[in-house]
Amino acid sequence: MPIQSYIWLAITLFSIGVIGVLIRRNAIIIFMCIELMLNAVNLLLVAFSKYHHDASAQIFVFFIMVVAAAEVSVGLAIIVMVYRKTKSVDVNILNRLKN
Amino acid sequence: MSLQVILFWILAVISILSAIGVVVAKNPVHSVLLLIVTFFTIAGFYIMLNAQFLAVVHIIVYAGAIMVLFLFVIMLMNLNASFEPQKNNLVKFAGVISGGLLLIVLVAALRKADTGLLIQGSSGIGLVRNLGKTLFKDFVMPFEVSSILFLSAMIGAIVIGKKE
Amino acid sequence: MNNYIWLIPLFPLAGFLINGLCRRFLTKTFSGVISSAMVLASFVVSCVVFSAVRVPGFTPQTIHLFDFISAGTLHIPFDFYIDQLTSLFLLIITGVGFLIHVYSTAYMHEETGEGFARYFSYLNLFVFMMLLLVMGANYVIMFVGWEGVGLCSYLLIGFWFKNKAFNDAAVKAFVMNRIGDLGFIIGLFLMIKTFGSLTFTEVFPQAAGMTMGAGVLTAITLLLFIGATGKSAQIPLYTWLPDAMAGPTPVSALIHAATMVTAGVYMIARSNILYTLAPGTETIVAIIGVATAVFAASIALKQHDIKKVLAYSTVSQLGYMFLGLGVGAYTGAVFHVMTHAFFKALLFLGAGSVIHAMGGEQDMRKMGGLKSKMKITYWTFLIACVAIAGIPPLSGFFSKDEILGQAFGVNAIYWVVGVLGALMTAFYMFRALSMTFHGKFRGTEEQARHVHESPALMTIPLIILAILAFAGGWVGIPKLYGGHHQLGAFLAPVFAQSKVLAPQRELTSATEWILVIVTTVLVIIFALWAWMKYSRYQDTGKEATGLSKVLENKWYGDEIYAAVIVRPVRAISGWLNADMEKYGVDGIVNGVGKVVLWGGRQLRLIQSGQVGFYMFSMVIGMIILLVIAFFI
Repeated sequence: MPIQSYIWLAITLFSIGVIGVLIRRNAIIIFMCIELMLNAVNLLLVAFSKYHHDASAQIFVFFIMVVAAAEVSVGLAIIVMVYRKTKSVDVNILNRLKN
Repeated sequence: MSLQVILFWILAVISILSAIGVVVAKNPVHSVLLLIVTFFTIAGFYIMLNAQFLAVVHIIVYAGAIMVLFLFVIMLMNLNASFEPQKNNLVKFAGVISGGLLLIVLVAALRKADTGLLIQGSSGIGLVRNLGKTLFKDFVMPFEVSSILFLSAMIGAIVIGKKE
Repeated sequence: MNNYIWLIPLFPLAGFLINGLCRRFLTKTFSGVISSAMVLASFVVSCVVFSAVRVPGFTPQTIHLFDFISAGTLHIPFDFYIDQLTSLFLLIITGVGFLIHVYSTAYMHEETGEGFARYFSYLNLFVFMMLLLVMGANYVIMFVGWEGVGLCSYLLIGFWFKNKAFNDAAVKAFVMNRIGDLGFIIGLFLMIKTFGSLTFTEVFPQAAGMTMGAGVLTAITLLLFIGATGKSAQIPLYTWLPDAMAGPTPVSALIHAATMVTAGVYMIARSNILYTLAPGTETIVAIIGVATAVFAASIALKQHDIKKVLAYSTVSQLGYMFLGLGVGAYTGAVFHVMTHAFFKALLFLGAGSVIHAMGGEQDMRKMGGLKSKMKITYWTFLIACVAIAGIPPLSGFFSKDEILGQAFGVNAIYWVVGVLGALMTAFYMFRALSMTFHGKFRGTEEQARHVHESPALMTIPLIILAILAFAGGWVGIPKLYGGHHQLGAFLAPVFAQSKVLAPQRELTSATEWILVIVTTVLVIIFALWAWMKYSRYQDTGKEATGLSKVLENKWYGDEIYAAVIVRPVRAISGWLNADMEKYGVDGIVNGVGKVVLWGGRQLRLIQSGQVGFYMFSMVIGMIILLVIAFFI
């Protein structure tokens, strides 16, 4: 199994995540796309861990999961609060923060 | 074609298709479910890469905790009506183009990266014992700090979500 | 030798510090004695060094004191380099310097105590800097000394700083030197780039390995030569030296005749390998040298100020030295430096003695008939005149003859022009001698009563220098007259490599005899002509006309410089001040501010609050960064 296959796969998943972030307006979907991008990176790290026979990369994945969990808890709390105020999860609503 | 390669392609196709589904699905609940499918395929890749412990943790954390949280929120808000103001087509087109551009640039940039085969067979570095040793020897400090991160995230979520 | 070599520059430095820091408290006698003693001590050490260097089989030595500059691969240590050339210059500087110090104690007795100490501190500082210049083991130390003597020259020319004309002369000298120094320092940078070092012992072997006439060598040598034209008053940077006569006369003797102006000669003699390998530069050096020699001599013909005559004579003699350097007669040039130091110091000190006696009068038209009243001054001045005119067997004859002989070997035109200059030299020197010492006294009654022989402190240096001017040339008697040219043998190791690279053309004895006899006879005829003509000199008060007027006005050199360089520069700087400053510089400064304000107003609009747009920009930015990182 060549390492390149995993690299292409990870890049593809990452790019799909980027496209999702760019074309959707629903804040929750955008959040999910960010999770998708994080997972693409995780996959790549694990592949490299195998390739280089180094456990450190897996530990990094572990920490990324930790950060992602923390991020989701805070981020969803924010979205819930925004929804409570505006009855919408449209990111374009957020430009009201300007004033 | 060994079993490994066949398995890789099947998983890859499923994961990419479901990822695209996440992006294009009208109903947020469908998005969440497709994302869970993607996560499961990724867990499959982890197992193929001999990262058994991570695969298990991945399923527990993502599918079991994070995605459930997402589902809760969506259902709490009653967003399954698939009502979402769409961006206009030009912006969508530009988004797809620039995302595709990123893909092309990344592929072109990494085209000349060194190609090597992943060694077959279990190396044992993905096992709990091994990872535990690394984690508590080399990364014990970040590990402890991450607990503080969790604590602050927890407090932050409560503070934000609390009614006035 | 290594343990005491640093004493040589240390003594004058100590003298400078003592005199400079304590100038308010020192009595005149004490500061005069201390500074003279310091130079004498240097002289004694120099003699010891010289005796050590004279031993056959002596190899040049580098004495490491401390690290001066160290940057990357460039290392410039503070080292002294002692070889035959250095030891000879040490003797000249400290020896002549000491005599002039002694002379100064009497000459400057009218100064106040503080001015007196200030004068001697400058003089000591000058000796210190000059010693650094000749002892440095690399071009940077040499440059430190080079700038230091320029500074001292400035300080001493403007010693009587209450007189504006003197200050202007000092500034002129400084600026002219600076123009040359710019060439010098660019030459040094080029040298660093080419050789990666400025140390003599590293540069010269590398240069010796290069091909003859390599472009970079020509560039380096030309730039160094520009520095030399500034310091040694060659065309086109010569005009400062005559004006430098504003300083006290012993200063003129020490700095502007015997030592500092020979720095350029020393530098080129030291870099002889570089110059030998750059024939193009050599030709330019020779042409500039011979042109300066004859040009300055022609000006000296018609000057009335005795110090001006001597000043132009100095410029002219320096021209001969550069001619010698240009034709590869390095030994001859150094030989001429030595003899010139003796007789030109003597001439200046003699002139100083006359000026002292005449109560500050410098115009030869108001002198005359001083012979009977100032016997010692007269006889020593006469010896110096004969020596500089090049009449055998006095010192000037041998050194000038050696240069001219070798110049003939390279190109007969050099010889012809050089001899023309030598004839003029004989003429103007004897004109000066006759106008000053012969004929009737033309000064005022009061001056006539005041005229007296100078005190012993002034006459003794005169006598010593007269002996040296008389006999100093005997160390270099060529084979032609049955001598051995001990100086040539002594200096041979320094110039050995150049000799190999560019062998001198040997003239036959017959040719040499003919050249020498023709020159000598003509010189004597011209000397006698001037003597006869100006012994009966009467100040008619008539305006000079024709060529003499041009000569009296120094070929209008200063006026031409004023018209060609100073006025355009003034005009350009006026324009820069009036228009460039107002619209150009101010416009740019204000424009930058305006552009930033405008740009800020425009950029503000980008921050629209549209989160989607921000994310979009971020992705575009990522793509651009990736492209730059991987493909450009």
